Order: sequence, then C-alpha cells, then structure tokens
Amino acid sequence: MKENIVIVGGGIAGLEAAAQLLELGYKPIIIEKSDRLGGHVADWNCLFPDMSPAKDVVSSLIARSAEANIFLNTEISFVNKLKDSYNIMLSNGISIITRIILMTTGFSLFDASKKEEYGYGIYDQVMTNRDLEDWFNTGDDKRINDSAMNAVGFVHCVGSRDEKARNSQCSKVCCITAIKQAIELKQKFPDAMIYCFYMDLRMFGKKYEDFYINAQRDYGIRFIRGRVSEVGENIDGRVIVKAEDTLSGKPVKVTLDLLVLMAGMVCNPDSTKVANMARLPIDSDGFLKSKDNVADIIESPKEGVFYAGACTGPKTVPETLAEARAAALKIYLYIKGLE
Amino acid sequence: MDFGFKLSPSSAINLDKVDLEKFEELHRAEPDVYKCMACGSCTSTCPANKYSGMSMRKVILALQRGKEKEAVSMMRNCMLCGKCTMVCPRGINTRHLILSICRIYEEDVK
Ligand SMILES: Cc1cc2nc3c(=O)[nH]c(=O)nc-3n(C[C@H](O)[C@H](O)[C@H](O)COP(=O)(O)OP(=O)(O)OC[C@H]3O[C@@H](n4cnc5c(N)ncnc54)[C@H](O)[C@@H]3O)c2cc1C
Ligand code: SF4
Ligand code: SF4
Ligand code: SF4
Repeated sequence: MKENIVIVGGGIAGLEAAAQLLELGYKPIIIEKSDRLGGHVADWNCLFPDMSPAKDVVSSLIARSAEANIFLNTEISFVNKLKDSYNIMLSNGISIITRIILMTTGFSLFDASKKEEYGYGIYDQVMTNRDLEDWFNTGDDKRINDSAMNAVGFVHCVGSRDEKARNSQCSKVCCITAIKQAIELKQKFPDAMIYCFYMDLRMFGKKYEDFYINAQRDYGIRFIRGRVSEVGENIDGRVIVKAEDTLSGKPVKVTLDLLVLMAGMVCNPDSTKVANMARLPIDSDGFLKSKDNVADIIESPKEGVFYAGACTGPKTVPETLAEARAAALKIYLYIKGLE
Repeated sequence: MDFGFKLSPSSAINLDKVDLEKFEELHRAEPDVYKCMACGSCTSTCPANKYSGMSMRKVILALQRGKEKEAVSMMRNCMLCGKCTMVCPRGINTRHLILSICRIYEEDVK
C-alpha cells in the first residue's frame, strides 16, 4: 500500500500508532525533532501505578515500529494545503505529499524557573520532577547527598492551576507522580521525613488511590494541605518552605534538604508551530483542539488530520497508547473511505 | 442515649439557616469570589496574619458559612498591602474584594 502517512512526533503516541499502522500494512513516516525516539517517557525511570520500567515500554515500542521511515533531528518547515492533500516540507530538504497527518507532538514540561518564588535555578537544593527521574536513572545529581537527606518536600501544582503562570488547568499526572517519587525516595532514604504540599489530591486512575494509601500507611509520607507560598535558603544551604496548613488554619514552616517541584504539563510550542502551519485550531487550554472533546478527541476539524496523546491535553501512558491505537484504526478506515 | 458529645449549637453551621443575601450581593460585585480554591497562599504571605490571624482564605469561607462577624473582625487587621493579590493562583483581585466586603458588610463593622 503506497498511501503516505505522516506522523509528527516520535514519542510513545507516534511510535504506537506507527506500530499499529505497520501491522495494518502501511509504511508510516515518523518525523522526530530530537535525536532520539520515545519522547518524555524515555526520560522517566519507573511508571506508576505498577512501577514498570519506562525503558521497557519505550524499547518495545521502538522495536515494533522499526520498519517505519524514521527521520530524527527533523522538523517541519512548512505545510501547504493542496486540493485534497498536504505538501509537507521537512528541515532536511525532503518534501512529502500526503493525505494523512497524525499529530503526536506531545506536551512540554512547565519551566519551573518561571515561578521565581520557588527558587528553581536560584537555590542549590531545589529540583524538578524531571530532575528527580533523571537521578533515579543515573544516580548522579549533586543536589542529592546520600548522607544528608533528612527532610524532603514535594510541591504540587507548579505551573498548573495557576493563572499567574498563565496555565489554569490541572496537569493531572503530577499528583500521582509526586506520590510515586515520594515513595521511591523514602525507599532510598528510610529515615527521611517526606512532605507533600498539595491543594487537592487527584487520584483518578486505576489503583492510584491504593498508591496514596500505601504512601500514607506504609511509608509515612506527610500530606500538608496548603500551597507553598515562599521558599528561602538558610546559611547551610537548606531550603525553608512556608505555607498555610489550611486544615489547621495555621502557618507552617519547615526546613528541608531537598525540594522537588512538580512541574506541570503544558502545551508544546513546537506543536503549536505545526498547528499554525496546518491551520489547526488551538483549544482554550493551549493544547490542540479536537473536533469534539467527548466524542472525537482524536480527530481534528481538518480533513485528514488526526491527533493522539498529550498534544490534546495531559494524559497518562495507557491513555496515550489507547488513543494511538484508536487513531491508527481511524486512519485505516479513513483511507478505506477514500478508496 | 446522650453520650455528651453533641455539637454545641453555636459552633455548628446550619446551612438551612445561613442567610447568604449579602454574599450574593458580594458575588454580583466580585464574581471571582467563587473561584477561591482555599489554597492558603494569601494567608501564608499576609503580613497581618502573623500577629492578628487575618486570613483572606478564612474570610471568604466564613462569609459563605454565615459567620459574618468573625470575618469582619478578622478584616479589621488588613493593611490593604495587596500581597495576597500578588500570589493568588486563581487570579482573584483580593485587595479589591476586601474593599467590596467592607462596603457591603458595612453595618456589621459598626
Ligand atoms: C514528571 C512526569 C512523570 C510521568 N510519569 C508517568 C508514569 O509514571 N506513568 C504514566 O502513565 N504517565 C506518566 N507521565 C505522562 C507521560 O509522560 C505522557 O503520557 C507521555 O509522555 C505522552 O506521550 P506523547 O507521545 O503524547 O508525548 P511526548 O512524550 O511529549 O512525545 C512527543 C514527541 O514529539 C516530538 N515532537 C514534538 N513536536 C514536534 C515537532 N514539531 N516536530 C517533530 N517532532 C516533534 C517530541 O520531541 C517528542 O519526542 C508522566 C509525566 C510527567 C510530566
Ligand atoms: S495533578 Fe495534582 S499536582 Fe498536578 S496540577 Fe493537578 S492537582 Fe496539581
Ligand atoms: S491586603 Fe490585607 S489580607 Fe492581603 S496580604 Fe495585605 S494585609 Fe493581608
Ligand atoms: S490565594 Fe486565592 S485561591 Fe488561594 S485561598 Fe487565597 S483567595 Fe483563595
């Protein structure tokens, strides 16, 4: 089958869709901006809720999609709408005529240094959820000192649910990620006190609530309901965190050896760039706008353009994979309809 | 049977009896008042909180629970510095809200 299918983004959504389309007999083209496949999941260590190794998920996807035409380090330079197809020019000079585009451009992690009051990039002992995943993978981060990890804090909703950060929506995965990372740190440092500063805990997924109960009962993670308002540093470089403990109605202050900021999922500017070229609409949350947010999340309002994964909003790995499979089937039926 | 653990009637909030007329007036003037998610950022940064217990979060809650006196007496300690407005993640103009509360609940203040 000669039909060209262009998949923009080689994260797990793009790879899963490609693998399915290969099984259906097509040879999709994956355009990936970075120098490697797997997107964000390739940066994570273990995945909630079962602590499955992220690298297993990514390597099996890469193996299953290996037969696709994959362009790494490649971006889209422009998209022209022809009569019943699109002409896509790539940054490597290749141009492709296609009737089908699948957007799997994913999300961006909120840049935590924009919330200066949390001191990321200013105080030594402040890191993000991504930095912590990195440490789980490499064991190398000067902020984590094996002999002095007595107290650690997690700040929920960093750059999410925050109109000052121009992002009012909830990133959905960071509550459960905080709990996962808190448990993992507690396993590494059993004597450390670990606090989560939250406003609401959103344990929406399968087994997430159990994970939360584990964190409370088996690991003694302390949950404090209040948004961190201020972070400072003392003379020995430890961080001082202030918040209102809204349940007791009293101000709280705690000195920590490490502060982890749960940076949220925001729309990816590279996604918006391609959307503008292809004249795809943007939703009020900044992510790509689907034809319908209930019935047609994987369809764009444009003929032949489909979506899968976090490019339409915060999503977990299983949700992303399910959408990618659904998009592959949709594309298959769409091509059948054209014949 | 009486175990002697009954809520004392004065501390219980009876939502059937709470009169929200003024709060509705406040809401018309300050539609954002309903956006509060009780995160406590305002309270935590409030310079008046430390010595007086002033808490914007508590004021917004108390007004909706019919505890107007409590709210208004807390507000007497506000210096209108506006720090709470700077930190509110829901973008509520709390300083402006305080002025509207003062206007609408004026007679309670006396
Ligand atoms: C800290 C953190 C931890 C998480 N942990 C878990 C977990 O344990 N379990 C779980 O279920 N979920 C987890 N998630 C969610 C998970 O990361 C997402 O579900 C997943 O990354 C979505 O995959 P995606 O392919 O849609 O997007 P992405 O992973 O963002 O991949 C998008 C890909 O597209 C590429 N791209 C973007 N724009 C362009 C362009 N214009 N041209 C070419 N290429 C482009 C990018 O380089 C990237 O490779 C976590 C999220 C965060 C933030
Ligand atoms: S998932 Fe939790 S931490 Fe993340 S934005 Fe939503 S409420 Fe905040
Ligand atoms: S304006 Fe009033 S309530 Fe707000 S921070 Fe200042 S003193 Fe506190
Ligand atoms: S900072 Fe804003 S949202 Fe948070 S408790 Fe105060 S008024 Fe409510």
